Amino acid sequence: MDHFEGINFSEMWCGIESAPGYLKPVVKVATGGTTGSSLAICGYYNVASGIYKNILVIGWEKLNEGGATTGIITAFDPVWERPSLAGALGPLALMAGMYSAKYGITPEQAAKVTVKNRSNAANNPFAHLQMPNITIDYVMSSQMISYPLRLHDVCPQSEGACAIIYANEEETKKITDNPAWVKSVATSHYYTFGTDDKMYDLPTATMASKKVYKKAGIKDPIRDLDVAEIYEPTSWSELAWTEALGFAEPGQGGKLLDEGITQMSGELPVNPSGGVLSTNPIGATALVRVAEAAIQVMGRGEKRQIPDVETALAMGFGGSLWTELLILGKEKLR
Amino acid sequence: MSEEIEKKIYRGRIKVPYKHTAGAYVERFITEIGKNNKIMGVKCPKCGKVYVPPKMICFTCFEKMEEWVEVGKQGTVKGFTVVTHSTPVMPLEPPYAYGIITLDGADTDFVHLINESDPKKLKIGMRVEAVFKEKPRKRILDIEYFKAI
Repeated sequence: MDHFEGINFSEMWCGIESAPGYLKPVVKVATGGTTGSSLAICGYYNVASGIYKNILVIGWEKLNEGGATTGIITAFDPVWERPSLAGALGPLALMAGMYSAKYGITPEQAAKVTVKNRSNAANNPFAHLQMPNITIDYVMSSQMISYPLRLHDVCPQSEGACAIIYANEEETKKITDNPAWVKSVATSHYYTFGTDDKMYDLPTATMASKKVYKKAGIKDPIRDLDVAEIYEPTSWSELAWTEALGFAEPGQGGKLLDEGITQMSGELPVNPSGGVLSTNPIGATALVRVAEAAIQVMGRGEKRQIPDVETALAMGFGGSLWTELLILGKEKLR
Repeated sequence: MSEEIEKKIYRGRIKVPYKHTAGAYVERFITEIGKNNKIMGVKCPKCGKVYVPPKMICFTCFEKMEEWVEVGKQGTVKGFTVVTHSTPVMPLEPPYAYGIITLDGADTDFVHLINESDPKKLKIGMRVEAVFKEKPRKRILDIEYFKAI
């Protein structure tokens, strides 16, 4: 994204001229953390509307070259928020603190999320952080970054890219006999000042999930979804947001994890790819969620494959506490 | 190998100065804290909610809000974090804390610095009071910080 990498027209810098986009329409979509899911949803709209037959959607980020925090700060209100709340870590730290205070979630439960996701990442050759032997103690003794967030409670800064081909029904037959179909999409956001939100939950995830489940005919997400790739910038946020997505009652996200439901072998594995806690090239991060959900539906996950995936959820989260959701499935929506 | 890569890196820095038209409500709020050490909010004529920071339109009723009310200099901390790691764009040298504060008489929350950097001494629900800057500069930081009471 331009403001994270400190350049303008980043799509030109990344070589659209030499890519298959040469002399074809190029549209740039940048919505902060949700960029990848906005790209995924725009890709779906462009093809499903009949405007294009097939398109290539690309998300990327070279965080090593810019200052993501500096870029993110420009999204905050100059008077009220830039001197204090600005950046990504601070609000996420406040959210973690308020969530744990409200529901008595412990740092151990949060550390368990990191251990789960980074252990999963060891099965994913595309994951950035490879820490197969990570332990709860290791996470809990890492450096304090912004109380209560420690270094290993938060996602890394990665460099990376992700691409997805969208095709209409006719074109899809030429590409594969095993596609993942988009069943429903939803975007939800509201924001004026950061503190207008209660902060300990993510209401936009609840709002978007209700829309997306209804359209895809999902009544009980734990039962009706086979895998979920959610956007967890911190360990605490996976606990809180699995609740917001309806996987557990408010305050029960820790229990959901303790009972093993979100583990690889559980009823609804969350982030078999290793999630955002293992790989975070921001402009690609949410698109990776969608790609990983598609990989699971297509059965191409190799060591990180969950058996018999029919339906998968992908989530994007971004700046103004947005949530974007997609449901992908083996079967077309009728 | 890393030496080789290092040679190919060009390091630069861009300054991005900006002006921000804050508007009449922000102007009044900032003037009051600096000049009179008063924290002002606006009240919705329909739902009666008092907004601090003030804004023109009620978030839930979409009513224009024109009644200014003074709220307390003291408030309750709803959430906090302690920043321990430094980046070039911070208002203070870490470690420092900031929190979400509900001022007495306000219905919305306010984010500001708290002059306590030991997480053990901070608590959700603790009471704090605004400390004003002696020489105001027409900034939100004319409330220098909140102190524990």
